[in-house]
Amino acid sequence: MYTLSSKLKLTAIIFIVVGAIGMIYGFLAAPSSIEDVEKIIAEQEAHHGGGHGETAQMQDHGNEGHHEAQTEHAEGHSEHEATEEKHKSSHAEHLLHQLQNKPWAATYVAAFFFFMIALGALAFYAIQYAAQAGWSPVLYRVIEAITAYLLPGSLIVLLLLVLSGFHFNHLFVWMDPEVVKHDELIQGKSAYLNVPFFLIRAVIYIAGWNIFRFLLIRNSRRHDEADHNRWFKQSFKLSAGFLVFFIVTESMMSWDWIMSVDPHWYSTLFGWYVFASLFVSAITTIALITIFLKSRGYLEYVNNSHIHDLAKFMFGISIFWTYLWFSQFMLIWYSNIPEEVTYFITRIEDYNLPFFGMLVLNFIFPLLVLMNSDYKRVNWFVVMAGIVILVGHYIDIYNMIMPATVGESWFIGIPEISAVLFFGGLFIFIVFSALTKAPLLAKRNPYIKESKHYHY
Amino acid sequence: MSSKVLHAIYTDDDLLMQAVKQTREARYHIEEVYTPFPVHGLDKAMGLAPTRLAITSFLYGLVGLTVAATMMNFIMIEDWPQNIGGKPSFSFIENLPAFVPIMFELTVFFAAHLMVITFYMRSKLWPFKQAENPDVRTTDDHFLMEVDVANHKVEEMSKFLGDTGAIEVKLIHK
Repeated sequence: MYTLSSKLKLTAIIFIVVGAIGMIYGFLAAPSSIEDVEKIIAEQEAHHGGGHGETAQMQDHGNEGHHEAQTEHAEGHSEHEATEEKHKSSHAEHLLHQLQNKPWAATYVAAFFFFMIALGALAFYAIQYAAQAGWSPVLYRVIEAITAYLLPGSLIVLLLLVLSGFHFNHLFVWMDPEVVKHDELIQGKSAYLNVPFFLIRAVIYIAGWNIFRFLLIRNSRRHDEADHNRWFKQSFKLSAGFLVFFIVTESMMSWDWIMSVDPHWYSTLFGWYVFASLFVSAITTIALITIFLKSRGYLEYVNNSHIHDLAKFMFGISIFWTYLWFSQFMLIWYSNIPEEVTYFITRIEDYNLPFFGMLVLNFIFPLLVLMNSDYKRVNWFVVMAGIVILVGHYIDIYNMIMPATVGESWFIGIPEISAVLFFGGLFIFIVFSALTKAPLLAKRNPYIKESKHYHY
Repeated sequence: MSSKVLHAIYTDDDLLMQAVKQTREARYHIEEVYTPFPVHGLDKAMGLAPTRLAITSFLYGLVGLTVAATMMNFIMIEDWPQNIGGKPSFSFIENLPAFVPIMFELTVFFAAHLMVITFYMRSKLWPFKQAENPDVRTTDDHFLMEVDVANHKVEEMSKFLGDTGAIEVKLIHK
């Protein structure tokens, strides 16, 4: 049995407290009125020494979908030689919305990131059962513990979505009836994109995942004490069922929770793209926690062949992610259709560093570090690559949400880092608490002997 | 100088693996093992050095990547820039996404084909090459281990190999 060390518990709690303080600061520091924003603009101008014209010009081609109606409004006015004063106030209002969104978006990105790790771990777990994998049963309790974050993580995301639905924030621009009124594209999609249906769908996904998770974990525990394989066989069928449910709901979840922040834009492989991100983050987390526990003297049956296999998955899924990223990017870049290509223009113009930096972190780094077969067995190589992959995929989610919600006012500052600390601390606390609840070896798993002697 | 070898024949791959380990422990020198199919872990049991084929493959991949980049730069940028869908045609870097599939394919092409050719050359395999296996049954369901006699006693060695489970042991003058 694993016991949660007080040091780890304290670290997690410090993360949560520091994160919570930072997040509260983020919400309090967000400007509440146009006057505040005008002050900020004045400060920025003084600081940069640039004229207002420059800022306004940048604003004009910053067409990031959110409050597009207002941007168009502003553009229309400038065409009709609107007074400088009017333009200025519309710009300030635009900036106000972005800055008010910023702490919400920071919270949402971090909440989603840690939630998706738990969901990905559950998918990985179900794949092991459905494939009747012989190498992995010694890792099952680690994976089960990671999925323990699914319930709190998904409920936090649901809470944020409900708050958006009740207009506490404006992450989802299509939820604003004022915007929809002036937007024919969103009007056409409103049969699907409306708040009640959106929340009903979210509840269905979350309930489904958590029920499957509950049943699978219950079977795993019962199987430990049983003298037959009925629970194991049931888990096999449940896992197959879950994988079908998962790939449909995960796809729809990615449209609902991520793609709809850019309601004009769509990509048909978006579900796969988010899946690749979620899956590689989950496998990386499994590898990191396994290595951590092994270094603390637990998991006596895990050998470097198991680490090797996890690292192979990290390497393979990183390349799979890149393949999907590129497939999405190249087709849109090549066809150059305005309503599609704005998505990448915003990211290349306003998010150049995170957008291309993420490719280095998620593709080039794992490619070079984990290519050599021997390096995949060296713990510190896997840990180093793992940390870079997790940072890279946080930035990936960041790039999905931020351009549509905060536009060019992005910055990874106190609200963003605090949100990561808060949800990271919560994740560590829940996952490691879950590890203490069951023996670290699923001792009666029919494949456990094969797994113990697994040797590549 | 003619060298003498013993050919020990086995009918099972697990038995063969066991025999290989025992023979090496007894400090006899295994010249070669002939099997009808690849036996997993046999190379490690025989103490063969790990293959360097993967390194050559990586280098061939780099060659392929370089060839593709150079080729696309010459064809599409330097020699004959064309306006395709309004894409910038005078800059390699701005046209890069269009070249990535070609660069990827040629990397794979070079790595795969040159690796296979290298493998054939290192294994001394080429068209019309005479088969090297000393016993045709090793292409069907038998496994043959060739052990160097050197200055050991033949009777003693034959008995040892028989004990490891060989169904027949033959002395061969090479």
